[in-house]
Amino acid sequence: MKNKIITPHWEHFEHEADIGIRGIAPTLEQAFEQAAVAMTAVITNPDQVSTSKAVSIRCEAPDNELLLLDWINELVYEMAVQGLLFKLYQVAINDGKLSATAFGEAVDRQKHQPAVEIKGATFTELRVYQQPNGTWVAQCIVDV
Amino acid sequence: MDTSQFVQRDETSWEIPPKGNMRVPAIIYADAQLLQDMDQKVYEQITNVASLPGIVEAAYAMPDAHWGYGFPIGGVAAFDPEQGGVVSAGGVGFDISCGVRTLHTGLNMAELQPHKQALADELYRTVPVGVGSKGRIHLNHDSMHGMLRGGAQWALEQGFGEAQDLERIEEQGCMAGAEPRYVSSRARDRQKDEMGTLGSGNHYLEVQRVAEIFDETVARIFGLRINDVVISIHCGSRGLGHQIGTEFLKEMAMSAAQYQIVLPDRELACAPLTSTLGKQYLGAMRAGINCALANRQIITHLTRQAVAKVFPGIHLGLLYDVSHNTCKLEKHTMDGCKKDLYIHRKGATRAFGPGHADLPAVFKETGQPVLIGGSMGTSSYVLSGTAEGEQRSFSSACHGAGRAMSRSKATKQWRGKALIDELAAQGIIIRSPSMRGVAEEAPAAYKDVSAVVDIADRAGLARKVARLEPVICIKG
Repeated sequence: MKNKIITPHWEHFEHEADIGIRGIAPTLEQAFEQAAVAMTAVITNPDQVSTSKAVSIRCEAPDNELLLLDWINELVYEMAVQGLLFKLYQVAINDGKLSATAFGEAVDRQKHQPAVEIKGATFTELRVYQQPNGTWVAQCIVDV
Repeated sequence: MDTSQFVQRDETSWEIPPKGNMRVPAIIYADAQLLQDMDQKVYEQITNVASLPGIVEAAYAMPDAHWGYGFPIGGVAAFDPEQGGVVSAGGVGFDISCGVRTLHTGLNMAELQPHKQALADELYRTVPVGVGSKGRIHLNHDSMHGMLRGGAQWALEQGFGEAQDLERIEEQGCMAGAEPRYVSSRARDRQKDEMGTLGSGNHYLEVQRVAEIFDETVARIFGLRINDVVISIHCGSRGLGHQIGTEFLKEMAMSAAQYQIVLPDRELACAPLTSTLGKQYLGAMRAGINCALANRQIITHLTRQAVAKVFPGIHLGLLYDVSHNTCKLEKHTMDGCKKDLYIHRKGATRAFGPGHADLPAVFKETGQPVLIGGSMGTSSYVLSGTAEGEQRSFSSACHGAGRAMSRSKATKQWRGKALIDELAAQGIIIRSPSMRGVAEEAPAAYKDVSAVVDIADRAGLARKVARLEPVICIKG
């Protein structure tokens, strides 16, 4: 039976040297969005980030797990090159093709107190799956 | 983990004999306590490494081994191209050629003491550190190419450093065989404003005091005396290395079937050394090594500028520069014959012994300096490579303490400001743009580096020369 009341949310999980990001939501897209919020939360408190800048992201991959890896790595790239932090994400996925908008602002070291930069998403604990109640989980370890 | 899974070979080495798909044994250097404290994932990962094509002798884990990506961090493995050997992006890691460089200052603690705060402020002002920091150098297409080919030698040509620095850097500061054409435009994009930046996480610049000498003779040759002040820089290839790792990891994972490689873990993604993909990765990874060597060279230059403002006329010479995330072609003796092998060191330091042909004359009798970074607030160590390390671990030693606690647990347990005050009371000055970053790097979140170094010494991987204590730490 589908669980209709689950609220999209994110969490971190333990890794000895680094940190795991996990999005949990009723849809695959929302699970990807929440995993990305979890990634921001590795760096800073997402509540401290505004949404004055929007960045479009597209990627595609042969399966959902590689798609999650690409999605997070695209965000890591955009953050690094444009000097941004993201707060909100809108993701659409069709036939292994992801198109998304990430909303955020330029890093402000005083305001955001960024703890650590992310080197990349990894295959470790990389899983995208649907629970028996229909909820989607999207997770991986990020190397910091 | 459970020590009964191992055959204890001697006081400091534990073997997992080949079983299942393992082609060679796996050997962990540790005492019973360190082994018990290691995550079971180290067992899984080191046995997986032992199953890769073309691996020779054994898969080794150093005393600081912990759960990594495919390879354990602290993993060492040698591959023979003539036996179908592979190169693995995960076996090098995301931060290609991350390493430690130590500089002499010629000062002693009494001379530093009155100027500690001023030096901390000057270093923090001069060396870009932390998330979002940019370097003052902007690379265009041509300068990027030169940097990727030339490493620290390129940096020297740009006016960063002194000619005599080069002989005290592995590969004399320039990794041969770099192929910039295999470094993507995205990897270059991530690097063009990041030259001469420290980064974040466990990276740092530290002013240290020589607190203890274990081997007077070697310490004298290394130029270390009790109470001397040295400066150590720990950082790597920044965004460029991370992007090379990200891209090749995925490509190797997706191409494994094409090369008939069965991966027990996708993170072990690899390609035959003789394949097109393997050669492309080697070319890009070597360019990544040059990026790290150039980066540490530029940071050295900035450090010299900062220190000279507080101590006019001072000269900072290199002790040595080591890398601990690499795959290098080296000659090693197997069954009495010299063989060309590709040595992966993931979170492990090269530790060539006395007489090695690649060492400068000054270290011919001592073996190479092996620089082991501590964590903020804890000791670092200087060791020297041994002759027996060749047989024990393809001349490799540990690289640091390794985390004992996750970042999220650390932030729950400590507050950055309180830690800084606590360390200040011990005479250690911390400068960092992020209080949370400081909490995540709390000294107690790491294993006891002294225990790790003791085992490396007792196992003969490298010999203890000196212990360094932090005085000032500039933290990302």
